Amino acid sequence: MSDTSANTEETGAAEKEVDTIDKFAELPDAPPKKGIKLSWVGKVSVAIVAAWVVVAFIGPWIAPFHEAEFIVDDSYVPSGGCPEMLEELFDLDEWTPDAITQYCTESDTILFLGSDYLGRDTFSRIIWGARTTIGISFVATLFAYFVGITLGIGAAVSGGWIDMVLSRFNESILSLPSIMLGLIAVAALGSTIPILIITAALIYATSVFRIARALGQDIMVQDFVEAAHARGEGLWWIITREVLPNAAMPLLTDFGLRLVFVILFISSLSFLGLGVQPPMADWGSMVRENMQGLGYGSYASIWPAVAIGTLTISINLIVDDISAKSGGSLAKKMV
Amino acid sequence: MGPMIFRRIVIGFITLWVVSVIVFFGLSILPGDAAAIQLGQAATEESLAALRAQLGLDRPAYIRYFTWLGGMATGDMGISNAGGATIASLIDFRLIKTLELGGIVAVISVPLSIFLGLAAAMYPGTWLDRILTFGTMSLVAVPEFLIATFLVLIFAVKLQWMPSIAYMSGGESLWEWLHALAMPILTLVIVVSAQMIRMTRAGILNVMNSPYIEMAILKGVARKRIILRHALFNAIGPIINVIALNLAYLVSGVVIVETIFAYSGLAKLMIDGVQTRDFPLVQACAMIFCGTYVLLLLTADIGAILSNPRLRKPK
Repeated sequence: MSDTSANTEETGAAEKEVDTIDKFAELPDAPPKKGIKLSWVGKVSVAIVAAWVVVAFIGPWIAPFHEAEFIVDDSYVPSGGCPEMLEELFDLDEWTPDAITQYCTESDTILFLGSDYLGRDTFSRIIWGARTTIGISFVATLFAYFVGITLGIGAAVSGGWIDMVLSRFNESILSLPSIMLGLIAVAALGSTIPILIITAALIYATSVFRIARALGQDIMVQDFVEAAHARGEGLWWIITREVLPNAAMPLLTDFGLRLVFVILFISSLSFLGLGVQPPMADWGSMVRENMQGLGYGSYASIWPAVAIGTLTISINLIVDDISAKSGGSLAKKMV
Repeated sequence: MGPMIFRRIVIGFITLWVVSVIVFFGLSILPGDAAAIQLGQAATEESLAALRAQLGLDRPAYIRYFTWLGGMATGDMGISNAGGATIASLIDFRLIKTLELGGIVAVISVPLSIFLGLAAAMYPGTWLDRILTFGTMSLVAVPEFLIATFLVLIFAVKLQWMPSIAYMSGGESLWEWLHALAMPILTLVIVVSAQMIRMTRAGILNVMNSPYIEMAILKGVARKRIILRHALFNAIGPIINVIALNLAYLVSGVVIVETIFAYSGLAKLMIDGVQTRDFPLVQACAMIFCGTYVLLLLTADIGAILSNPRLRKPK
C-alpha cells in the first residue's frame, strides 16, 4: 500500500498506470505477487535469527572475553558477578543480588551471565558458541543440499536402475535414527569438526535426496520440459533452466527445516560429549558441562539452552509462515 | 493386500541387512583395529599379531562379517573390548531397563496424545487448538536435552519434588521406583507426545476433508459426533501409523534421556562404548536399536497399508 501512496504524489499519468497494474494484480488469473509478507510472529522470528547470524559473524570481536579464558577462580558465579565481589565474599550463599549491586556496579569485568563450571564467562562463551553451533550446522546443511540435490535430481532425470539403486539405498539410511548413525560415525572416526560436518551432511542429504527426487520427477513430466525436449535442448540445459528454478522455492523452505534438524543433531552429539570438543564453546556441550550447576542455583546451563531454543523455534516459525502463505509446500508435507 | 505387505516385509529385511553392513563395516574397516586399541601404547608386532589371531581379526573381513551376523542372530554377540565380559551379559538387564522406560512412556503418552490431538482437531482455530499447535511446534523444534534441563530446573531444583538422577539400588517399592524414574519418564512423554499430538491432529483433519464428512456436515450432524462416530474410525489406520512412528522416535529420545539422568539402560551402555571405542559393544547396541526402529517403521507401514485400500495396490 505504501508504494501506491508514494506514487500518487507524482504526475497523473504515472498514477493511472499504477492503478491499472494494481487492478490487474487483483484479477484471479494474475500471477502471484512476488515477495513474501510475514505475520508479526514471522517478523520477530526473522529478527531473532538475523541477530544470531550477526552474533555468529562478529562474535569474537564483541565478546568481552575469549571462549577459553578463565576469568574467575570460582565456578557458577551468579549473573552480574565480578572478581571484586569474589575477593571479599567466598561463599555461594553470600553472592546475593544485594552483594552484586554493592561490589559490581563499577567493576569493568562484569560476568553478565555469571561464570561456568571452570570460571569462564558464560556470556562470552554463548557469543563464541553461536559461531561454532550455527557455523557447523550451516556448512553441514549446505553440503547436505549439494549432495542431496545433485543425486536426487540426477536420479529423477536418469531414472532406470540408477534411480532404483540410489533410492533403495537412500530409503535404508533414511529409516535409521540419525543419532545412531552419528554415534557410529563418531565411534569409528572420532569427533573432529570436519567429521561432524561430513557426518551430519551425509545423514541429512538423504532427506534432501528424497525431496529433490520427488520434485524432479514432478517437474520432468510437465509440458514445458517436454517442449524443451522437442526443441532439442540438452539434458544439462533442462536441468539448470527448467528443473532447478522450479524446484528452488520448495527446496528453500525445506532448507530452514533441515537446518533446524542439523542444529539439533550437532548439539545433541555435543551434549553427549561426542560432538564439538572442549575448550571450544558450543551450545550443546555448554548445557552438558554446566548441568551440575543447576543444583547450586546456577543458570549457566539454562542460557545456552535458551540460545538453541530461540534459534530453532524462530527458524521453524519462519518456515511455517512462509509455507502457510504459499499454500503448504511439498517439502513441508513430506517431513 | 497380501503381496503388498509381503513386499514391505522384504524391504524391511533389506533395510536390516543394509544396517548390518553399515554397522559392521563402518566400525571394522578403519585403521586402528580392536587389537591395536586394546593394547594401546604397549603394542609390539608380535603381541598385536597374537591378539589379532585370538580375536579372529586375521581372517578376511567378509568372513568376520558373516560370523558376526550369525552371532547377532543367535544372541552370541561377542566379547566386550573393555573388561572382556560377554556383551550378552552386559546388555541383558540394561535392555530390560530401557524397555521398561520405553514401555511406561508409551502407556502414558499414546492415550494422552490421541486425546489431545482429537481435542485440537475437534475445535480447530480455538484457543485450545492454537496453544496445542504452538506449544507442540516449539517442543518439536528444540532438542530433547533442553526440555530435560528445564524440567530438572523446575521439578528437581526449584520445587524439589523429584530427584535429578534416576538412581536405583534395586529392591525399591513400586512408588520409590516410579519416583526415581519420574523425570526421565516426564521428559520422554513430553518429547514423544508433542510429535504424536501434531500428527494425530493432522491425521484427523485430513480425514475431515473427505466428501463423506462434508455430507455429514451438510446433514447437520454435530461436529463432536462427526469426529467421534465418523472420522475417528477412518483415522485409526493413520493413528496406528503415528503411534508406531513415534515409538520409533523414542529410540533417539532414550539415548539423550538415559545420559542426562544417569539411567543405566542400553543407550547409556552404548554411549559409554562409543567413548571408550569398544566397537563390538557399539555394534551390538546399534543393531538392537536400529533393528527395533526398522521393525517399528515396518509396523507403521503395514498399519497404513491395512487401513488405506489405496495403498494396497502398487501403482
